[in-house]
Amino acid sequence: MSDVTEAPTVRARAAGLVDDVRARLTGNLGSLPVVVGLIVIWVAFQMINPSFLSADNLVNLTLQCAATGTIAIGVVLVLLLGQIDLSVGSVSGLSAAILGVGLTQLGWPLVVSILAAAAAGAAVGLLYGVLFTRFGVPSFVITLAGLLGVLGLQLKVLGPNGSINLPADSPIVQFATSWFLPPWVAYALSALWAGGMFTAALLRRRRRLRAGLTTSPLGWQAAKAGGLLVLCALAVAYLATNRGVGVMFVFFIVLVIVMHVVLTRTRWGREVYAVGGSVEAARRAGIRVDRVYISVFVLCSTFAAVGGLLAAGRLMSVNLNSGAGDTNLVAIAAAVIGGTSLFGGRGSAWSALLGIAVIQSISNGLTLLNLDSSIRYMITGGVLLLAVIIDSLSRRARAAHGQA
Amino acid sequence: MSAETVVPLPVPGPPERTPVLSMRGISKSFGKVQALTDIHLDIYAGEVVAIVGDNGAGKSTLVKILAGVHPADDGGIEFEGQPVQIPDPTTSRALGIATVFQDLALCDNLDVVANLFLGREIAGVALDEEEMEREAWELLRQLSARIPSVRVPIAALSGGQRQTVAIARSLIGDPRVVILDEPTAALGVAQTAEVLNLIERLRERGHGVVLISHNMADVQAVADRIVVLRLGRNNGDFLASEVGYEDIIAAITGATEHARPLPEPSYPRPRRIGPLR
Repeated sequence: MSDVTEAPTVRARAAGLVDDVRARLTGNLGSLPVVVGLIVIWVAFQMINPSFLSADNLVNLTLQCAATGTIAIGVVLVLLLGQIDLSVGSVSGLSAAILGVGLTQLGWPLVVSILAAAAAGAAVGLLYGVLFTRFGVPSFVITLAGLLGVLGLQLKVLGPNGSINLPADSPIVQFATSWFLPPWVAYALSALWAGGMFTAALLRRRRRLRAGLTTSPLGWQAAKAGGLLVLCALAVAYLATNRGVGVMFVFFIVLVIVMHVVLTRTRWGREVYAVGGSVEAARRAGIRVDRVYISVFVLCSTFAAVGGLLAAGRLMSVNLNSGAGDTNLVAIAAAVIGGTSLFGGRGSAWSALLGIAVIQSISNGLTLLNLDSSIRYMITGGVLLLAVIIDSLSRRARAAHGQA
Repeated sequence: MSAETVVPLPVPGPPERTPVLSMRGISKSFGKVQALTDIHLDIYAGEVVAIVGDNGAGKSTLVKILAGVHPADDGGIEFEGQPVQIPDPTTSRALGIATVFQDLALCDNLDVVANLFLGREIAGVALDEEEMEREAWELLRQLSARIPSVRVPIAALSGGQRQTVAIARSLIGDPRVVILDEPTAALGVAQTAEVLNLIERLRERGHGVVLISHNMADVQAVADRIVVLRLGRNNGDFLASEVGYEDIIAAITGATEHARPLPEPSYPRPRRIGPLR
């Protein structure tokens, strides 16, 4: 402590490691509980039903995750600001309806339909953002109104038929159901990811050395990248014994990685965390808080719209129930279960992936056991409650240790 | 009433030096409440000016005028010899006046580096974390600040360390004048000493420092000059080295006004208000 601003030493580095461990023990749990929980869930289901971890089922699981997971990325952003969007389900349904009607009844090209659907999502988000920043209405109420209003819009777009089947040869349906990466491409992507991570670490290390800052050991970076590579390669190899890695799932992972980089490495991302941490501090620092709010609401609704397109492609149909039912709450629950705090300012894009993996694993496992959806809902509700309790407890622990 | 104060206005530093910031005849009222009346204040580079006074003396209003929170009603402000207007906080900051308010306005969830550069991030396409971290260490080293790591979230720091970060943050744009509003109010003994040390570093760096404080011990420890406000007026301007605790207290409480035998004005007894018994 006393050697504060002196040149970073090995001792300082070790102290940093100790601090890190201590921080984790005293409330700053990060994504550790979720990963542990996911492993427990997988082991439990595997013991009850040996087909749970079969390649076939895992491929299904990855495809089930992508659509709602994409919606959850947007929810993570809104939660980071300490706000909420309850209408993501309705927005995803609206975008699915626009896709269906545009594609089948109006004869729009696929690209136009997709863009129109995404633009509709962005417009809804813009409306929320303006209402929130101009009138100061709580986002809870705005998006609750949006939930109903957008649902009505979805019904209006669908018209009297209420159900549209998407052509099975449409690229979006193919994309969501039957496009799988050839194993070599999947391996190459894994290598690209791990290599990219390692290169970024190397470059950062070089810049830090040049700036005279502490660096984490090169071996540790190499081990991290190597571990990621091995994990990915094993997953690809295992999934390749069945259909392989779905393109839609890769699309989802790429979205998560892109959002993660944007949140952690850009000025806008820093502003999102700052506003989530303290609006007043952010405003006094000269951040245009209104712009941050509006941009996040727009992004959230746009992600919801994209998620709706993926869901429509996977189900090959659009109807009154698109985006209805549990989509909304599953997406929000995923973000929270994945470790994004409801209180704002804490969380990461990865929580969308982790959270949706937990929820879909439970849902998938219970379906394999032929359990009724009544039980599925109750268990998912219980897990959500558990996640929120962990969030609150870790917040309280931080406060008790003077870290809140 | 300041006419009765028999302390001569000292001229700090060589006489040819112009003050960085000077307020001439500043007045400010809120409705019928006259918060400041005809205030004069000079701040020189490399000097710590403490502004003391009882509650309601106008210290905070003075700070807010300099910070651009409220514009003054009357009087002029000169910055480096040029007359200026400070209509809003952005102008104040652009001029080179940094204000650290009592609520520090830090983001608890962000680390020290992020807070130091909040709103002024060094960035190309991506944030240049390395450059920001290097400058953060550099700045904290110049201030001899005791921060365990610039990568811990603010939430993990003590009150004194947070104050240090808030003060360090005000220095990012290299301001000429730093205004500290009650920087030691919520701190313990050791932490107070740390912040007072920091204030001396600021003076060494050549900033003009304005220190608002209730605590006479702190004021006498670091201030070069002590300006007393009483009921919104100047009530004394002392060189800290030449003035005793008693004198300052007397100026703050207004006891000096009674040093000369002034006939107490007699007022009629107030009429009793309330139910008659």
